[in-house]
Amino acid sequence: MKNLALVAYLDIKESLRARWFYVYAFVFGGLMGLFFISGITDSVVMGFTGLSRLLLVFIQVTIIILPIFILITTVKSISSDRESNVLEYMLSFPLSLKEYYWGKFLGRFATVFFPVIVALFVGVAWGVFKGGDLPWAMITLYSALIFSICSVFLGIAFLISTMVKSHDVALGLSFTVWILLLAFIDIALIGLMMQNRVSDELILTIAMLNPLEAFRIGAIALFDPELTVIGPVAYYLLDSLGHTFLMLYAVLYPIFLGALFALFGYTIFKKRDIL
Amino acid sequence: MNIVEARNVTKSFMGVRVLDDVTLDIALGERVAMMGPNGAGKTTLVRAVLGFYHLDGGTIRVEGCDPVKERVKVLENIGFIPQMPPPVKLSLSELLTFVHRSTGAEKERIIEQSEAMELDLKGHMEKPFFKLSGGMKQKLLIAIALAKRSRLLVFDEPTANLDPKARERFYRLLDSLDYEHSSIFITHRLEEVEGLVNRKIYMDLGKVVEDEKI
Repeated sequence: MKNLALVAYLDIKESLRARWFYVYAFVFGGLMGLFFISGITDSVVMGFTGLSRLLLVFIQVTIIILPIFILITTVKSISSDRESNVLEYMLSFPLSLKEYYWGKFLGRFATVFFPVIVALFVGVAWGVFKGGDLPWAMITLYSALIFSICSVFLGIAFLISTMVKSHDVALGLSFTVWILLLAFIDIALIGLMMQNRVSDELILTIAMLNPLEAFRIGAIALFDPELTVIGPVAYYLLDSLGHTFLMLYAVLYPIFLGALFALFGYTIFKKRDIL
Repeated sequence: MNIVEARNVTKSFMGVRVLDDVTLDIALGERVAMMGPNGAGKTTLVRAVLGFYHLDGGTIRVEGCDPVKERVKVLENIGFIPQMPPPVKLSLSELLTFVHRSTGAEKERIIEQSEAMELDLKGHMEKPFFKLSGGMKQKLLIAIALAKRSRLLVFDEPTANLDPKARERFYRLLDSLDYEHSSIFITHRLEEVEGLVNRKIYMDLGKVVEDEKI
């Protein structure tokens, strides 16, 4: 595995020069700047104020932006490499497929994870500067949640990249996955619930199998342990799972799912024609 | 000693048979011109030798190794120049690091080979590879392939982007290689590599239709 670190390092170097990375970093950095300017840390909405308020808004935005950025930039990079024969050339060197695939995965993970974490820490630093308390537990858990959401979407992106050879199809599929997890699953479940076709437990189980939902619930639970924001469903979730398990689930389930998707992607990469 | 052994190799893409029962040996020291019309299966055969494809039937061995299952071992001894220089986004310095760390080829040797091709890398080390001109890219790929001192050199239309002077220098460099090796030149024009090869293979519709020593 001597070339794993080399592939990861070169992928990071390449990403740091790419336009998408600047847009990505600018979006998260810019959002933080916008939050400061708009005075979110000083506002009070539904009982949230100061740093908690800022982090809550940051989470809401992260849920929407992070997955699509990870999906599109990652599948674009790998499928473009295949279409433009970069993959053919780079893999004509004596690298194992394991080193190449996992090296790319690690490199890409670092480039998508760090801008978000840096933006988070800048936000926290600003909040502390403005006189807030430093919520260490919250920051640690939120960092873990970002790590897990990056894992799952990177896993999905790598799986799509290995399954689909065309750049356009890969982009279309990424967009479909994102919109499905972000919106349609909720809409479909609400529709089913209203028609009373399936049991409430099944609907909640399906919802919690959605890694974005797990992330959202976990993130809300950080600020609002009673989950009052999500309404009566909170009683069911907390009664059946408990707060600690819910938090563990929100962090570990997407990581597990991401690893599973990435592993599945690797199996396809190994078993199918590379070009 | 055979460096490449292909036995009854068959490969189809979307129902179209691109390689049809190809059997072929290339011995160490042989320099082969592989010719044929577009879609004849030349590039597919070379890619199969490089381990990019899982065969539908038959076997390929490079120095006795399976290119898919033992790709690292196989690729340690192959230098490859693709048909078109790919738009690699790494800077030249990063690309040279990648080549050095993955193959052991010394950076100084790549620079020397580039200079022999009249390509001065020193002023461009931080430039991304894809921003070089077509000719410069091709020269660098040639320099990298030669610096690896591989026992099998695979060139897919290597001189497509080179001007006549650069072609001459490339042929001279190949002629001056001082170790035993084999090479495969995929080309449409035999006259371009005539002085360099000692065997010509003509492919059509996925089959070897002519195989002749020169």
